[in-house]
Amino acid sequence: MTDLTSLTIAEAREGLAKKEFTATELTTSYITAIDGANELNAYVTKTPEKALEMAKASDERIAKGEARPLEGIPLGIKDLYCTKGVGAYACSHILDGFTPEYESTVTQNLWDDGAVMLGKLAMDEFAMGSTTETSYFGPVKNPWRAEGESIDRVPGGSSGGSAAAVAARICAGATASDTGGSIRQPAAFTGTVGIKPTYGRCSRWGMIAFASSLDQAGPIARTVRDAAIMMKSMASVDAKDTTSVDLPVPDYEAALTGDIKGMKVGIPKEYRVDGMPEEVEANWQQGIDWLKAAGAEIVDISLPMTKYALPAYYIVAPAEASSNLARYDGVKYGLRVNGNDIIDMYEKTRAAGFGSEVKRRILIGTYVLSAGYYDAYYLRAQKIRSLIKQDFEKAFQSVDTILTPATPSAAFELNKEITDPVEMYLNDIFTVTVNMAGLPGISVPSGKNGQGLPMGLQLIGKAFDEETLFRTAGVLEDAAGILEAPTKWW
Amino acid sequence: MAEASSKLIKGATGDWEVVVGMEIHAQVASEAKLFSGSSTKFGGEANDHVSFVDAAMPGMLPVINEECVRQAIRTGLGLKAKINNRSLFDRKNYFYPDLPQGYQISQYKDPIVGEGEVVLHMLDGEEVRIGVERLHLEQDAGKSMHDQHPTMSFVDLNRSGVALMEIVSKPDIRSSEEAKAYMTKMRTIVRYLGTSDGNMEEGSMRADVNVSVRRPGDELGTRCELKNMNSIRFIGQAIEYEARRQIGILEDGGSIDQETRLYDVKKGETRSMRSKEEAHDYRYFPDPDLLPLEFDDAYVEALREHLPELPDDKRDRFISDLGLKPYDASVLVASKRLAAFFEQVCEGRDAQLSANWVINEWLGRINKEQLDIDDSPISADQLGKIVDLIKAGDISGKIAKDLFEIIWTEGGDPAEVVEAKGMKQVTDTGAIEAIVDEIIANNPGQVEKVKDKPGLIGWFVGQVMKASQGKANPQAVNQILKDKLGL
Repeated sequence: MTDLTSLTIAEAREGLAKKEFTATELTTSYITAIDGANELNAYVTKTPEKALEMAKASDERIAKGEARPLEGIPLGIKDLYCTKGVGAYACSHILDGFTPEYESTVTQNLWDDGAVMLGKLAMDEFAMGSTTETSYFGPVKNPWRAEGESIDRVPGGSSGGSAAAVAARICAGATASDTGGSIRQPAAFTGTVGIKPTYGRCSRWGMIAFASSLDQAGPIARTVRDAAIMMKSMASVDAKDTTSVDLPVPDYEAALTGDIKGMKVGIPKEYRVDGMPEEVEANWQQGIDWLKAAGAEIVDISLPMTKYALPAYYIVAPAEASSNLARYDGVKYGLRVNGNDIIDMYEKTRAAGFGSEVKRRILIGTYVLSAGYYDAYYLRAQKIRSLIKQDFEKAFQSVDTILTPATPSAAFELNKEITDPVEMYLNDIFTVTVNMAGLPGISVPSGKNGQGLPMGLQLIGKAFDEETLFRTAGVLEDAAGILEAPTKWW
Repeated sequence: MAEASSKLIKGATGDWEVVVGMEIHAQVASEAKLFSGSSTKFGGEANDHVSFVDAAMPGMLPVINEECVRQAIRTGLGLKAKINNRSLFDRKNYFYPDLPQGYQISQYKDPIVGEGEVVLHMLDGEEVRIGVERLHLEQDAGKSMHDQHPTMSFVDLNRSGVALMEIVSKPDIRSSEEAKAYMTKMRTIVRYLGTSDGNMEEGSMRADVNVSVRRPGDELGTRCELKNMNSIRFIGQAIEYEARRQIGILEDGGSIDQETRLYDVKKGETRSMRSKEEAHDYRYFPDPDLLPLEFDDAYVEALREHLPELPDDKRDRFISDLGLKPYDASVLVASKRLAAFFEQVCEGRDAQLSANWVINEWLGRINKEQLDIDDSPISADQLGKIVDLIKAGDISGKIAKDLFEIIWTEGGDPAEVVEAKGMKQVTDTGAIEAIVDEIIANNPGQVEKVKDKPGLIGWFVGQVMKASQGKANPQAVNQILKDKLGL
């Protein structure tokens, strides 16, 4: 029998339906694989007993002919999601020992559809970072290495644990979340597919908040089809999140027709940034050629506000974060470092509990909301946000989707000393605009660079038109060919 | 001008005017909190009414309770205020153990209710109009308890997230009396509307009072904020003290520091809590977890249609339709239940006579015995029947008071009691004439004197009333005496 972990979600679904193997066998394969992949450090919490229990229930369902859409499919869950009875730390020391008594809406949706939980996946602390190096539980290693090298590389971030686990075949698919690129950038770094749906498509209830107006749940999977299957289960309107949107959730898999004849694909000139590596430029051109060959019409467009998106994002997101993270004060749950009085306790707790990147963003956020600076920073950033939305609205009058690179480079080396945080923030340059506009964006593998590292392209869609993204991404995937698994070195 | 100057405070160097603005916090009457489904019941064990949202657990989100929105709109309509069809919720950020989120969800720039007005009917008959700047919805905080443990403080989150309406007045109040009247009126309005129970003792209504003084006609002076006042009486006392404190400083050549002060009830003085420099920077910004609060005019109109009659409208009706004296009308509408009691009493009866009896006898007794209106031993029906007996001339006012006492303590049907106890007024002129004749016959000296001093007739009236045990109809006695004495 083939290694069950090599199966995509769609293949495993078929094998389970045909009773070629059981959910328990499938889950056991993953548990074994997880235990053999400790070096990647992708999991912060493993839940094998829970997984086997869920798999057993799935097998009973399948036996009775009552299989649900994700019946018996073993998934990894980003540590940002609250899962009842399982620790949820957002990979921060400040949530030390926190075990929620509730289940996030997105994960509940997955369990309701029959999925099996393997454990919690590492991330940058509170989703702040692009490498997963800010996790309190240590960095995650990218399963991909450059050809002929044995140097560890970052899996991207903040959903680096999710992306690495999917790429390393230690889960069939994973939940992730995206505030400025945290799904799409790690997907691009690991040769996986990641989609950030339209803001409001998924409920944020039970997801530990980073920046509420930007955060959105989404899956990371091995194939476009798998991402479509997961997206269908994760999305829902939710009375507990009034920013979630009450629109029917389409059958995204049905959108994978392979037919994009006559589709208009926009190419924004502003995304040709200075100093962009030639291989990224070439990969983008390759993507354009593939879509053209499939019958799409390529349209040059302009998104003039693009250059302001990153600075505006780094005002809005920290502002919201500074407020969202105020609840971690040592009073109610998580870490407490005792002090002489309440202020001393706050200071000691937060000093010990938050990492330096989180502290930096709390400081930035506090600053831009302060009296005398609010108008100059926060308010102007919000105005830019409106203008970015208008840019896209205008562009989408003439195109159906927009194609861009997903990241300015392939995965870089771990422990690369980046002293200037702005250099790190540039990782988000192609992705943040999408969050600022609340639009859907998908990152899809588009071959490898000269070093044999995966590269990714991004498609941006109209609000709630994830179907066009899946369809177009499917065409790119067909053209690029589904990546083989990375060579196992761990 | 005479009225205006009477509000001025005499200082050593001349007159001063006190200027007061108030921020009233009224707990919204609703079953559940503003953004969570938890109960709002007062009391209970600590932390009994706390949801994951109230405790600010990670990943929890606020969902607006529509009933609280309706209550805020109703209150706005009661204040004749502009209702804003679109308003925003903002976060007010500060750290405190009883504020689990690290921010209070409030409304900063775009409140649900805009400008309105409250009319005060002062005891001296003056009508004072106080502008309302705005009304907004916000969350209450929990409670820190410092007396439960020798080294630790405890936190009770039962109130955390309870909906409050903050009603901000314009600085239109010019005396402690007006401030008390404003607070009283606001409480009356919310109780009429049923939008808050207005119970200050339980903390469901409290006020921050901004006080400054100035020479009449000058610019506004620097203000001090008296925080968390939860009694109308203390509001009056605190303003009096604070105004004189500020006048004292200014007359000594000093200046007022803008600060937050607390009123010490025991000492009867205000003391500094924190200065302007220590004031928080709350870093307000729109709460990204909540969409703008929007509703259309039809929504507001539907609420307006079902508003109860408000105290001012009721007062106007009592004066114009029932012919009550304005002062009496003001007294009767001060409480919705009092007004309802009065309306039951005066139904089909002489309104002013009913009002006199409700206010002077019944309400006086209720207040004297510190009873709740609902616990009155006399029903509106019984009091109405006493009024009927007076009106019919069956009993005199004096006898009516005795009857009231009997009904109050023993109960019973007033007409039957009058009958059974022989309290009925004697209107039979024959019987009265017999008594009058006897008194005239027995007091020849007085009869002589009354010819020169007609005022002495009162002595004769007294004698007759005494002889009749108070039951003789006083008007009839008067007339008969005059005839017989030839006056």
